[in-house]
Amino acid sequence: MSEPTSNIYGILAEFDHPEQLLAAARKTLEAGYRKFDAFTPFPIEGLSAAVGFTKTRVPLLVLAGGIMGAMAAMAMMCYSAIWDYPLNVGGRPLFSWPAFIPITFELTVLGAATSAVLGMLALNGLPMPYHPLFNSNRFAMASHDRFFLCIEAQDPAFNLERTRKFMEDMGHCTVEIVPA
Amino acid sequence: MSTAAANPPVVHPVLAPGHTYRSVTDKISAVVLTQKTPAWWTMSIGISCMILGVFSTAVIWLLIRGVGIWGINIPIAWGFAIVNFVWWIGIGHAGTLISAILLLLRQDWRTSINRFAEAMTLFAVSCAGMFPLLHLGRIWKFYYITPYPDTMGLWPQWRSPLVWDVFAVSTYATVSFLFWYVGLIPDLATLRDRAKHVVARVVYGILAVGWRGSARHWHRYQMAYLLLAGLATPLVVSVHTVVSFDFAVGVIPGWHSTIFPPYFVAGAIFSGFAMVLTLAIPIRALYGLHDFITLRHLENMGKIMLATGLIVAYGYTVETFMAWYSDNKYEIYMSLNRFTGPYRWSYWALLACNIATPQLLWFRRIRSNVPALFVIALIVNTGMWLERFIIVITSLHRDFMPSSWGMYYPTIWDWATFIGTIGLFLFLMLLFLRFLPMISIFEMRELVHQTNERNSRGHNGASAVKESPVT
Repeated sequence: MSEPTSNIYGILAEFDHPEQLLAAARKTLEAGYRKFDAFTPFPIEGLSAAVGFTKTRVPLLVLAGGIMGAMAAMAMMCYSAIWDYPLNVGGRPLFSWPAFIPITFELTVLGAATSAVLGMLALNGLPMPYHPLFNSNRFAMASHDRFFLCIEAQDPAFNLERTRKFMEDMGHCTVEIVPA
Repeated sequence: MSTAAANPPVVHPVLAPGHTYRSVTDKISAVVLTQKTPAWWTMSIGISCMILGVFSTAVIWLLIRGVGIWGINIPIAWGFAIVNFVWWIGIGHAGTLISAILLLLRQDWRTSINRFAEAMTLFAVSCAGMFPLLHLGRIWKFYYITPYPDTMGLWPQWRSPLVWDVFAVSTYATVSFLFWYVGLIPDLATLRDRAKHVVARVVYGILAVGWRGSARHWHRYQMAYLLLAGLATPLVVSVHTVVSFDFAVGVIPGWHSTIFPPYFVAGAIFSGFAMVLTLAIPIRALYGLHDFITLRHLENMGKIMLATGLIVAYGYTVETFMAWYSDNKYEIYMSLNRFTGPYRWSYWALLACNIATPQLLWFRRIRSNVPALFVIALIVNTGMWLERFIIVITSLHRDFMPSSWGMYYPTIWDWATFIGTIGLFLFLMLLFLRFLPMISIFEMRELVHQTNERNSRGHNGASAVKESPVT
């Protein structure tokens, strides 16, 4: 709290290789940092665990979306075919559920797929047009061929001097301060 | 495998050696960002715009005069519109197969072809969707088929396959779009970060929704993508199954058959892979993408075409066998009418295109001969169109009562609408090639990473593979 960190978003380290980033992320987690993240041009196996992120609610949302799609479809068809507009076709049952299956299936998939995409974007906090990291000139390379690690100033263990020293000591990287 | 040790077959790599994260990114994004628009592109888009003009004319005339301008009448009320609908939607299915099913099966060769195969799906479904709408004649009343609380107090008939089809196709279009767009997000971020022009930066920036490549984001992204693939896989099977129900639930001889769903799905994949090859081969040559779309990809697609072609051949055989075995005179007549009736030319052409020609793919020399593959793909595209022509036209034109028999002759407007949608498809495809990365850049980087890892595990691994046939 002694350092004036309010105008700093965090400290950004740039690596050449995914293996170096993976090792650095593990070291950072061990050192007790929690509010930090890695940025890579493609998904790297084990990296999310290395930054302390293991569980996602995306599958749960997909399940919920699928169930909701199925129930909405069945409810719509049952309501209209049994109550709102009952049609007697040669005495066949009004609740002809096998004929309702195809639409139920389609709307299950529709509900699940839509919630997979919207859920993923919402949990990721996207769309987010502005982010302090975009202020770094080097950060554009995170979508190209460079690998980044950022410890945020919000982290309780963050201390400008010590954290910077810690990151420089990890090696294989160049370190810069990102303004908020 | 033991014979392979004596004369090991050449296994083409999925990615030509020597590529880095930077080189794949530069090569793919250059097509969109830095390369001058090639002359062939300008010419092709001009031609496709002209065909699009033909399409617009055909549609406007249809709206003015109604479906009477087509060759349809009773007994053949379905005509080209439904033939083309099924043909286009079948083509779309290969895109989903490549992007979803091959992802679940961990086939790494899908990586460089999935993006444009998905685009192909999206555009083919757009073309397919035109036909049922145009076939309504009064296209502005299409919303009658959707469930909404209307003032007439009516609902769609839920027990009708035609209503199932509306839900199946619109779900398919939506999910295909979502799958394609989600796959594009990280690449759009790459384009945003690399674009020099301010308009390009803003447009790609908006489309990239602020993607930063965070490890947490990637985690959720991969989970969502995997689940989408898992959802798209049964979806693609269900869509063509429902399309086949449009026929199979009817009582017309030649339609009323339980073989239809699997045989339609296989046929869809067959025609779809033919279309992927039809597109991939010129794109590869025109953009010089031989490093990314290697002979391995083309060969594998040839193999899938052969396999699905054999399933389709089985479908034809079983249809004929069941006609004979059923001892139903209408079914038997339907088959004989296909062999010898007024549309016999289409049946024999079908057998030549879809059964005889793909047998050439048994030979490795033909599978790795690019021009030959291209010609075979075109023949299969034609054959699959003929298949739908036969299913729709020859089944309807002579059913139970000779007094209600008739013939179908497509008019110039039938052809103009069909060829017009090909123009629409080409137009959308060309725009896609010019403005979006046609190969998934981030997945190519992943492939580079995996290839490096495999190589860094040492030559021991490589030699072990070579020696393994001995054991």
